[in-house]
Amino acid sequence: MISEEEVRHVANLARLGLTDQEVEKMGGQLGAILESIEQIGELDLRDVPPTANALNLTNVLRPDEPGRCFTQREALSTAPDPVDDLFAVPRID
Amino acid sequence: MLDLTAYELAKRIEAREISAREAAQVANTRVEEVEGDVNAFVTTTPGLALERAERVDARMKNGGVRLWEAVPIAVKDVLSTKGVRTTCGSRILENFEPLYDASALLNYGEDIVMVGKANCDEFAMGSSTENSAYGPTRNPWGLDRVPGGSSGGSAAAVAAGEGWWALGTDTGGSVRQPAALCGIVGLKPTYGRVSRYGLIAFASSLDQIGPMTRDVRDAALLLQAVAGYDPCDSTSANVEVPDYLAELEGGVAGLRVGVVKELMGEGIETGVREAVESLVRELEDAGAEVGEVSLPHFRYGIPTYYIIAPAEVSSNLSRFDGVRYGLRVPADGVHEMYRRTREEGFGDEAKRRIMLGTYALSAGYYDAYYAQAQKVRTRIIEDFRTAFSRYDVLVSPTSPTVAFEIGEKRDDPLAMYYQDLCTIPVNLAGIPAISVPGGLSDGLPVGVQLMSDHFTEPMLLRAARAVEEAADFEFTPKP
Repeated sequence: MISEEEVRHVANLARLGLTDQEVEKMGGQLGAILESIEQIGELDLRDVPPTANALNLTNVLRPDEPGRCFTQREALSTAPDPVDDLFAVPRID
Repeated sequence: MLDLTAYELAKRIEAREISAREAAQVANTRVEEVEGDVNAFVTTTPGLALERAERVDARMKNGGVRLWEAVPIAVKDVLSTKGVRTTCGSRILENFEPLYDASALLNYGEDIVMVGKANCDEFAMGSSTENSAYGPTRNPWGLDRVPGGSSGGSAAAVAAGEGWWALGTDTGGSVRQPAALCGIVGLKPTYGRVSRYGLIAFASSLDQIGPMTRDVRDAALLLQAVAGYDPCDSTSANVEVPDYLAELEGGVAGLRVGVVKELMGEGIETGVREAVESLVRELEDAGAEVGEVSLPHFRYGIPTYYIIAPAEVSSNLSRFDGVRYGLRVPADGVHEMYRRTREEGFGDEAKRRIMLGTYALSAGYYDAYYAQAQKVRTRIIEDFRTAFSRYDVLVSPTSPTVAFEIGEKRDDPLAMYYQDLCTIPVNLAGIPAISVPGGLSDGLPVGVQLMSDHFTEPMLLRAARAVEEAADFEFTPKP
């Protein structure tokens, strides 16, 4: 069980609105999932290197050359509420 | 025409016995017939399919059209399609029309004959396709059953003959498990084999696009169509694409086959286990050297995955904030706009995984969860490495159960997560794996999973072909 306070804290970090009902349900469900996940803590892995990518790729870079890209009009065509050829957001609070 | 495999259809079209347009017409008619029952698609595109088929027919007059190009296909709705709405099964992208096509689709051809965008769990998170904002897909083998997930729409479309084959995506089993539950073939290629550019990301270190087909030869041909290096995907593998059909019929004589001990006992339905065991005996009769292999860290696969995948989700899904695309719920300040957009736009499972990932990455928990999970991932890879030093191919069930009833696991996320018991370690290690229909249990299809080392798809497909031939199973469109 994750406390209501902790659920609200994490939801705020994720910028995710939750109803009171969702907060309550989420606390129980996350608690059960985390309890089952915690078994990985029983392994002693102090000297084991972590894996971020199964093929062990590192820093793949492309040449820094200009290519075709979207026009401003194209890039803005999917925006919900553009203003004056720009992405726009409500007041920053 | 509806009973042909994609390969057979392609050969008939190549020989000019059937036109691409006729094939598209047959697919469109079939979609109209069964879609009311199956709901395999979020969006159907019959006009587009005909238009493109006509272009393929026109291009065929000049030659240079590759074998697969005229075959009608269903495309999972997480793959970007230029000008055709791409929802990811989510309300947050209900009206989103991408500006470009996914590279895998462009590899297939400039005029890909797409019959529709296939339904899936929201952002490919789920094992039943019940987490779609566009209603559940029903399994053509039993309309009260789930098709599996997350590529359940793609699997159901193929099983129902709504197009000859489909593309799905597999992050923890999302191609293989629905393939198993719908009685078709599902292949997850090696990580990096197929470009992820234009695939709307779920867990970037695990996601891979894969073929969902009527038989193993079709899977080989569809992989041929979509595989290849892509400079637009920095995790794409710059490894030559072999001819996947060349050694398909080579058989399994001398092949070393290891049965995974941890996936043949507890948690596996009896009927499923028996079907797999009987096929393993057939492989032995066909000349394979069969043994048992233990992969001791497999039991940590699900907990490891449910840290790594949600951690990547919490990052990848942060782009859906109501600014550049998708839903925006108006509000006074920007933070309230973010919160309300995401509250209304995301469904329950997406919210759960965003929360889980954010929690696991938050201050004070990072080392115990994410850092530890990355180390277990190393251990799971080492298990596979040891196993592949003794065996060419590993065998297990694909799914611990046959198709379950719609609603049965909806309120129990943990029970749903355990559907992917057998498939998840494969994604953590980035190796290829395929599910092949192995027979029936209680009248429903059972999938057999074969796994092999990185970039050994030709051998994997050859073994899968032998399983397919030994199995007591014949594809026919359902219902």
